Order: sequence, then structure tokens, then C-alpha cells
Amino acid sequence: MAQMTYAEAIRDGMRVEMKRDPNVYIYGEDVGIFGGCFGVTAGLYQEFGPERVIDTPISETAIVGSAVGAAAAGLRPIAEVMFVDFMGVCMDELLNQAAKMRYMFGGKARLPMVVRTPCGAGMSAAAQHSQSLEAWFTHIPGLKVVMPGEPADAKGLMIAAIRDDNPVIYIEHKQLLNMAGEVPEGEYVVPLGKADIKREGSDVTIVAWSWMLQKALAAAEELAKEGISAEVLDPRTLVPLDKEAILKSVGKTGRLVIVHEAVRTSGFGGEIAAIVAEEGFDLLDAPIKRVTAPDTPIPFSPVLENAYLPSEEKIIKAVKELF
Amino acid sequence: MELTKEKLLDMYKTMVRIRTFEMKAAELFAAGKLPGFVHLYAGEEAVATGVCANLTDKDYITSTHRGHGHLIAKGGKIDLMMAELFGRTTGYCKGKGGSMHIADVDLGILGANGIVGAGQPIATGAGFACKYKKTNNVAVCFFGDGASNRGTFHESLNMASIWKLPVIFVAENNMYGISNYQKNHMNVTDIADRAAAYGIPGVTVDGNDVIAVYEAAAEAVARARKGDGPSLIECKTWRHRGHFEGDPQVYKKPEEQEAWLKKDPIPRLEAKLIELKYASQADLDAIKADVQAEVEAAVRFAESSPLPNPDDVFTDVYAD
Repeated sequence: MAQMTYAEAIRDGMRVEMKRDPNVYIYGEDVGIFGGCFGVTAGLYQEFGPERVIDTPISETAIVGSAVGAAAAGLRPIAEVMFVDFMGVCMDELLNQAAKMRYMFGGKARLPMVVRTPCGAGMSAAAQHSQSLEAWFTHIPGLKVVMPGEPADAKGLMIAAIRDDNPVIYIEHKQLLNMAGEVPEGEYVVPLGKADIKREGSDVTIVAWSWMLQKALAAAEELAKEGISAEVLDPRTLVPLDKEAILKSVGKTGRLVIVHEAVRTSGFGGEIAAIVAEEGFDLLDAPIKRVTAPDTPIPFSPVLENAYLPSEEKIIKAVKELF
Repeated sequence: MELTKEKLLDMYKTMVRIRTFEMKAAELFAAGKLPGFVHLYAGEEAVATGVCANLTDKDYITSTHRGHGHLIAKGGKIDLMMAELFGRTTGYCKGKGGSMHIADVDLGILGANGIVGAGQPIATGAGFACKYKKTNNVAVCFFGDGASNRGTFHESLNMASIWKLPVIFVAENNMYGISNYQKNHMNVTDIADRAAAYGIPGVTVDGNDVIAVYEAAAEAVARARKGDGPSLIECKTWRHRGHFEGDPQVYKKPEEQEAWLKKDPIPRLEAKLIELKYASQADLDAIKADVQAEVEAAVRFAESSPLPNPDDVFTDVYAD
């Protein structure tokens, strides 16, 4: 085990795979000597050289579209899109190309590609640099969607994403990049589609991912002081989703609160709520609750942004309403 | 690659195969035997044929919604193509793709594509892979005049040019983006002029002259294989049919259609072959009869193939 930040853990995952497989390369805007907009690729240019850590023009469409072509031709690209908010620029390449080629071609194509992109609010970056758009990608069969909430998972899921033969959207949270934790060394793989119970509990299940996992854990700590035992479950990957783990946990606690930073309407929390309502209605002792951002764009001023974001307090309040 | 008698006759056969396949598809569509949409390549055969005659199975192409000609020219099997048009399990995509999504990755065919312009970044990526792996292979991107107005065109040509990727961008200018005449959708006469914006060669050729297309492509492919980067080739041509089968083509002037039909690339090549004494009319008729039999066999194969099982809807979404 080594102490690493979440950003270092992502980088370590990429480094391990780049050493193992010469077909893995990184490209995107400012990922080379600059080290990436948030420093995640720092040092990789020096280590692997300009042929494998490649600065692109500001051309998200060509970045993601050429990753599709390169993957179809046998490489394993890791493309970086500087903010998840920019995914609108290259959406056709994900929606109609990457996600569908295998199916449209009758199963005869493999597209091993990762699109890494940072999400999330909390730095007054306003409406075009702060969003959580994971639900978009979960609505497109053919893509996998990965959202680590802590350093060890960040590494293990990165390695699994690179090794996967499908297009994987790997969404890293800006607020977590400097979070430190114990991270296994070497080829540490966290399989896609396996949830993790981050805190055991018996009274309520809180499902949360990415930055909200940390908020949920803090809320659980406070709730414990008041005698409420919360189980915190991180699905870690939204596609594939470990619904058995969620149903099992709800079976144990009888209550479910889903927390996500994305806006409420058509958020992935609605999907989890629907699954539990359809397949686990008898397990519930109380209505399902969602704690989410409101259906607004993300505001700039810290006062407004704080009001916008789901918080520990909002989670605690939602949990208490179930008792 | 020198244009030998054998090569030229081979190219003739490919062009006839495309035309025959397309006219058969038109007939089957009109008879209600093909589901979905079909966009036919009849009239543009010289472009795909002249370009692909410079390629090997290890080279890549990306195609378009009007893709049958590219696939056939790159070596696609017409029985598997026809079965796909019929939506049968024996089709290239097991009936999951249809006319607009036929691919054969083993032959370097990275797919027809239902999104105009989407092949440009994909071909750029395939070209990137050729360079990254230090192979001598190239990627060819076929697209229409309409697709040269997409943002994908700019991003792809820019990216391919800065990294000197082995990509040949082939603009098939058939004068219409769906129904919109070229003059109404771009302010230049020659799409090849746009190459100047990327510092790469751009040439305009008679896209109904298969030898002219072949020679322009030979130069661009050689340049790409040497590591000198991408080229843009504009082939001026004409769609004999509508944008899709069933298109009433109210936007085409009859005199224009008539003038272009006189420039049909197949009779032009026939005249050339006879002039060069590479073939007699009887030889050419034999090739046509041969191809007609191939296409009829493809239809029989398709019609006698099994339909998919409804459960097949669930497979092939993800690779294991």
C-alpha cells in the first residue's frame, strides 16, 4: 500500500497499463508537458514520451472520434476531455459511433477506449464547467460509466477501464483529486460492475457515488452519533450497475436514500429508485428519498453554489425524514 | 501500382458489380422486399473503384450512408451485403445494421455510417493507428460534398495534417447535399480548395473517369505511405438516383441529369478498354453476364437465409 491522492491513483493506473501494453496511449488537450488541466497526467509525458502522451488541438470531436477509429484499428486510447461539460461537443462520436459500432456491425468490432473527464461543482466554475452529466451516458447502451469516489477505486477502476474491450466513460471528480488514501501498488484491478459497501449499517442504505460518497460518509458519521446506523454503498460503476448489492443492502436496512450531485430530473437516482421499487418493493419500510442538486444550471457565486450542492446536512435531513 | 490490362479489367468488373448490385437493390426495394432506407451509389462507381484499387486488405476505409460501392470496391462480399439488406442472420451484421451500417473490420472496412461526416474523425483515428504501429498502411475516408461542411471535416483534416497521418480524404462531390445544390451550401466551386487551409495537397479530378481517380489516389496513397501526411481529393461525380430510393428528385434539372448520364463512368471505361484493345465487346458482355449471375446468386442466398431470432436483440451490445 502507498499513500496517494486520487489524481495520483488515476495516473498510477494509467502508468501501470502503459507499461504493460504498448498499445495504450493518452491524448487530449494539454495532457503533455502541461500535465493536464488538473495535473492528472503530470510526468507521463516525460516518462513515456510525445508518441504516447499527445497534445491535441482543441477539437473534442476529433479527439473522441479518432479514438473510435484508433480503437477499431487495434489501439487502446485513453482520451481526455477537459471537462465533462464539453462532452456535448463530441456527443455524436459517443452516442452514434463508439456506443453503437459493435452492435451495428453484428458484434464484429471491439472498441477498447477510455474517455476520461472531470465532473463536478464546488470551485465556482459556474454553469459550463461544473456539471455532473453521468446520466446522459447511462442512457446510451454500449457505453460503460465509471465514477470512482476514493483513491484506491480510482486506480483499480482505471486499470479495469483500460483493459475493458468496450468504450468506457471514466468520470473523475475535481473535488476529489487531492484526496489522499491508501492505494494498492502494481496491477490493482477493481472489476466494473461491483459495488462496495463503504460503511456498514443497519437502519438505512445511502447509495452515493463520486464526491457524494464522501458527503454520505460524513453524514453517516453524524447520524451514528444520533443513534442512526447508516450503510453507505458506492456502486462505483453506474453501467454496469450492481443492482443485487443495492437490493441486498435495502433488504437489510429497509430504507433507501440516493444521493447524487447531478440535477434531479432524469438523474441516475431515479433509475436506482425505479429498480428498487420494481424489484424490492417489499423490502422497503419507508418511501425512497433522493438528495440531489435542483433542476437549475450551476451558479457562480459561492453562496449560490453552496445552496445548489447536496450537502451533509441535506443528507442527514433526508435520512431523518424516514424515521 | 501500374495500371496494367489485368488491373483495368479488374476495375471494370468492380464497377459493373457495384452498378449491378445497386440496380438490383433498387428493384428489390421497389418490390417492397428490403426494409428501411437505401441510398444508392449508381453513377459514382469510378470513385470507390479508382481509389480502392490502390489499397490492400490491411488499409482502412470509412464509408457513408451511400456505402455499397465503397464496400464492394474494398472487397466486401456481395452475398453477405445482400443478406444484410434483407435483414437476415447471414448478413454482414446479422441483420442488426442494415444498408447504412455494413462493415467488415477484417477487410479494413470500418463501416458505412448513418451520420454525415462521422467517418472523418474515425478515419483519422485509423490513420493514427497505422502511424502509431509503424505499419505502412493508410486510411481512406469517403464522404460527400455535404459532409465537407461539417465541423468533423475541419477538425479531422487539421488533426491529420499536424500529425502527418496517412489519411486520404476523398470528397465525392455529386453536386447535391441531399436536395441542396452545391452552390447553395458552400461558397467555393472546388472542395479541394479547402486543402489549402490545412497545408496539404488538394486536387480536383473527374470522378467519372476511373483512370483519373486511380492516378490521383495513387499519388496521395504513395505520399501517405511515405509518411508525408494526408491529402484531399475531390471527385466530381453525379448520383444517378435520388438521395434515397423513393426520392422524387424534384430538385434536379432534367437537362443536367441527361448531360451527366452521358458521362456515365462505365460506358466511358468500356470505350477505353476497347480502344486500348484490352477487351472486345464480347469480353465485356461476358463480364457483365458473370456479375449478373453473382448478384442473382447473392439474392438467392439472402432470400433463403434465416431471419434473426427475436432474442438476438439482446446480444452484441458489449464485448465480454
